[in-house]
Amino acid sequence: MAFAQEDTMQKVKMVIVEKLSVPEENVKAESTLKDLGADSLDIVEMIMRFEEVFGVEVKDEDAEKIKTVQEAADYLHGARTK
Amino acid sequence: MHSKKSVVITGIGLVTPVGKTARQSWDSVVAGRSGIAAFYSDIDFGHAASVAGQVGDIKEQLDAILSPSEQRRTDRFIHLSLIAAREAMHDSGLTQVEPICRERFGSYVGVGIGGLGVITDAAKALDQSGYRSISPFTLPRAISNEAPAWLSIKFGLKGPTMAVVNACSSGNDAIGQAFRAIQDGHADYMLAGGTESCLTPLAFVGFGNMRALSTWKGDPTRASRPFDKDRSGFVMAEGAGFLVLERADLARKRGATIYAELAGYGAHSDAYHITAIHPEGYGAVHAIEHALEQGGVNKQDVGYVNAHGTATPMNDPAETKILRKVFGDCENLLVSSTKSMTGHMLGAAGGVEVAFSALALKHGVLPPTINLENQDDLCDLNYVPGQAREKKVTCALSNSFGFGGANSVILLKR
Repeated sequence: MAFAQEDTMQKVKMVIVEKLSVPEENVKAESTLKDLGADSLDIVEMIMRFEEVFGVEVKDEDAEKIKTVQEAADYLHGARTK
Repeated sequence: MHSKKSVVITGIGLVTPVGKTARQSWDSVVAGRSGIAAFYSDIDFGHAASVAGQVGDIKEQLDAILSPSEQRRTDRFIHLSLIAAREAMHDSGLTQVEPICRERFGSYVGVGIGGLGVITDAAKALDQSGYRSISPFTLPRAISNEAPAWLSIKFGLKGPTMAVVNACSSGNDAIGQAFRAIQDGHADYMLAGGTESCLTPLAFVGFGNMRALSTWKGDPTRASRPFDKDRSGFVMAEGAGFLVLERADLARKRGATIYAELAGYGAHSDAYHITAIHPEGYGAVHAIEHALEQGGVNKQDVGYVNAHGTATPMNDPAETKILRKVFGDCENLLVSSTKSMTGHMLGAAGGVEVAFSALALKHGVLPPTINLENQDDLCDLNYVPGQAREKKVTCALSNSFGFGGANSVILLKR
């Protein structure tokens, strides 16, 4: 279980690094996507990439609740193991 | 009624197939060097030759302006505009003068086509993989007005901002409209010019099937042949050219280097055809006469014309006829097409060519028309063949004629 969560977190971080062009060490679990430089269009694009990577669908109302890296990983881990 | 303000050019920035700065581009055209090279593609272009004017690698210049994530959300035509505009801003010295009232500083940018490659790639992805494959950045990367938007954002310009989309006269019209904005008191400074980068298979095939592009099969540097008997069409190119226009009294007050006065702008339409120029040059003749009248310039004071000179079979004799109509026998008039070296940068052409005209006035050197080996009988002016000519001239014109019958002319005074 812990490994699975770790794996999700790692993939989430990779998407953020790719989409926001930020160094990996800046992407912490508690960082908000906004603090990492994401604007509303970046967030839409990242969510689309998450959907692709994890093979899930993220509803707009769920996406709005995701503020931090941890929240993204938790949501995606939950959605994946449903 | 306020009196019209005089307007001068105080900054120039260029990124073209013949150089990545204004200095390099100017040195190349004065030396008669072609920037046309082979263009590689897996797709058969049919009627068009696979040659183009390409700028090449711009990473170093771009990295100085945009972060990696900003680069991802912008297409190449925006990149080129930022590079040339930044050079023009630095060249004007306005970046060092504080405080400049940015509310009085705007930007008009000519773009003929915009992010065509972004659109075609996205259309393919949508067909193949559905809506999930379309980034929310697709349209902001592609639409033409994002070029002036980025200039406004990067340089803090809060005056009027607009893209001018008018085919191959876009660049001239952006400069002309910016000139009017200062003349009429809507702004004191304008970053104005044009940008284009649409060297995609669709553009080659689209223009090629119109029979507008060069079909030259030999050495690419000889493909763009304005006024020559063996010309067969234009050579497509990418690039950007920007000027800083400034209210003359403010420029003099701060001791700015002045390249030239922007003295007139004429824009008239043919009301004739979606692509062909009017055979008698109706709109263009009016545009030139209007610019001269506005600038209070006598015909005999115009010593140089930077021609539209695309090297299509139709343009060059028509443009010759137009100049004959306006200037009569005009033995002293020298005309050249720098497109013989740069190719046709479409929406950027006006921006680059007004800059070349200003440099010609300032330095007293007129760039040549290269590849003019057998002059067409219907083209009987002095086109400065082969080699640049040293000559002090008082006034210069830069012509741009666009598909749809838009003709625009910029008049500069030394």
